[in-house]
Amino acid sequence: MAISIEDVEHVAKLARLALSEEEKETYRKQLSDVLEHARIISEVDTSEVPPTSHSLPLSNVFRDDVTRPSLPVEEVTSNAPWASEGAFRVPRIV
Amino acid sequence: MKLETIIGLEIHAELNTRSKMFCGCETAFGGPPNSKTCAVCLGHPGSLPVANREAVGDTILLGLALNCEISPRSIFHRKNYFYPDMPKNFQISQYDVPLTRNGHLEMDVGGKTLRVGITRVHLEEDTGKSIHVGESGRIHGADFSLEDFNRAGIPLAEIVTEPDLRSPEEARAFMQLLRATLEYLGISDCKMEEGSLRCDANISIAVDGQLGTKVEIKNMNSFRALQRALAFEEERQRFAIESGEKLMQETRHWDDASGTTHPLRSKEEAFDYRYFPEPDLVPIEPDPAWVEELRGRLPELPQARLDRFREQYGLAEETAAMLTSEKALADYFENAVETGQDPVELAKWIAGDLVALLKEAVVPVRSCPVGPRGLGELVALVAQKIISGKMAKDVLKEAFQSGRSPAEIVESGGLSQIADSGEMEQVVDEVIADNPAAADDLRAGKEQALKFLMGQVMKKTRGKANPEMASDLIRKKLSG
Ligand SMILES: [Zn+2]
Repeated sequence: MAISIEDVEHVAKLARLALSEEEKETYRKQLSDVLEHARIISEVDTSEVPPTSHSLPLSNVFRDDVTRPSLPVEEVTSNAPWASEGAFRVPRIV
Repeated sequence: MKLETIIGLEIHAELNTRSKMFCGCETAFGGPPNSKTCAVCLGHPGSLPVANREAVGDTILLGLALNCEISPRSIFHRKNYFYPDMPKNFQISQYDVPLTRNGHLEMDVGGKTLRVGITRVHLEEDTGKSIHVGESGRIHGADFSLEDFNRAGIPLAEIVTEPDLRSPEEARAFMQLLRATLEYLGISDCKMEEGSLRCDANISIAVDGQLGTKVEIKNMNSFRALQRALAFEEERQRFAIESGEKLMQETRHWDDASGTTHPLRSKEEAFDYRYFPEPDLVPIEPDPAWVEELRGRLPELPQARLDRFREQYGLAEETAAMLTSEKALADYFENAVETGQDPVELAKWIAGDLVALLKEAVVPVRSCPVGPRGLGELVALVAQKIISGKMAKDVLKEAFQSGRSPAEIVESGGLSQIADSGEMEQVVDEVIADNPAAADDLRAGKEQALKFLMGQVMKKTRGKANPEMASDLIRKKLSG
């Protein structure tokens, strides 16, 4: 199953990636291979197999509704490139 | 051409758990920016979320109250998007297998019973808050934005209705009933002003049964705003259709100040959230015993209580609706009924003067200075003709302000009506003697004169005369 350059551009845009023409072609081929791989797998008859969303044989892992200390407020933004008065500053959004 | 308005709602209610959905940060409103954040709700690499059992239980409880099916197995999904209000660049939400779905809520509106389908109730995490800094004060034209993640990660129940509502009034009534339901369940603070209860709406106009173009409206922060925004949009769309214009499928923003909706500049690309199962959270398979335990916790719900109030106490629909709009108010009423006074009278006082006093003083009914017993006392004083209804209003106000009991206020303030017939007779005689012309008029059958004479009696007694007794006496004396 082949995907188009437009598909690659769409996915790149969603992931906020700037790709060169060369990279687009590389990923077009690689992503097509991934889909082809999935297509081959999909030939297996799985009508009797429930879909797998998680690989662990676990369910119902909960925590009690108990509060725990949050981070010290001065630490929260200590790794942020841009912050003011405890808030993260971000460039204009739109 | 037959036009029909079609409305569906999408409601978000913050659940009032102590801690956030996937971490132990506290959920209290406000506080300095980012003072309630940790590695999990800030999305630091390597941190792992763990679901809050209480929030899952609350959502199942809400699903049960809305007659939904509880999914035997439900999973979380990541909803991916780029917007700085979520530090992870995705929101943990639910997609194809919500906790509960396929329910309905019945409500009485405009004299008929309407059944509103509930598509789903699912659980997700709330986003952070952005403050846009710049001259415009809005996202457009801002210089930069400040992000506060105190709200990010608070459990959020999303309720989606079927497009079963046919007017802005029905939409408002539904939203009010849903708010009351959440309040009865005790799972949300339901404060629209603080944003713990939010509502988006989809509205379209069907032409001769053919579905029209759907428009989503956002930013309605009160019941009134919801109704006004929908009424504006209904009118806008009907006008467009009638004048042959084409409507666009879009998201519009309600501006309360101007009373209009305007389009949000559409995002550059269509929404493509690329949902996929959240690998860090395992599936939820609610134990049937847990679901039954939750079902046992369901209180009598607002519509059922409204119906019972009408039936059991003979209340008018409007009064019953008012009293059951808030659980605490309905409880107050039923506690007052236990004093043995007439339920209709009690209801009248609560829905009228008491609610007005509470509203004015911004006091929740739970902390009302006049308790249900105090109100019973007041109604008894009126019933026994010790005070008039008019005086009772002042007594209630005084009791509300001072916290003293109505009986005590009447005693100490000498507010008791003159119900002593000897004393009353003397006053009436004096008034007749002082106003011979009016007395003659009444003798001649001019009813207006009675009002005048009554006014004189009230003036003389400084409002303390029992009006019924006074007018009976005047009539008796002047009936020739
Ligand atoms: Zn946290």
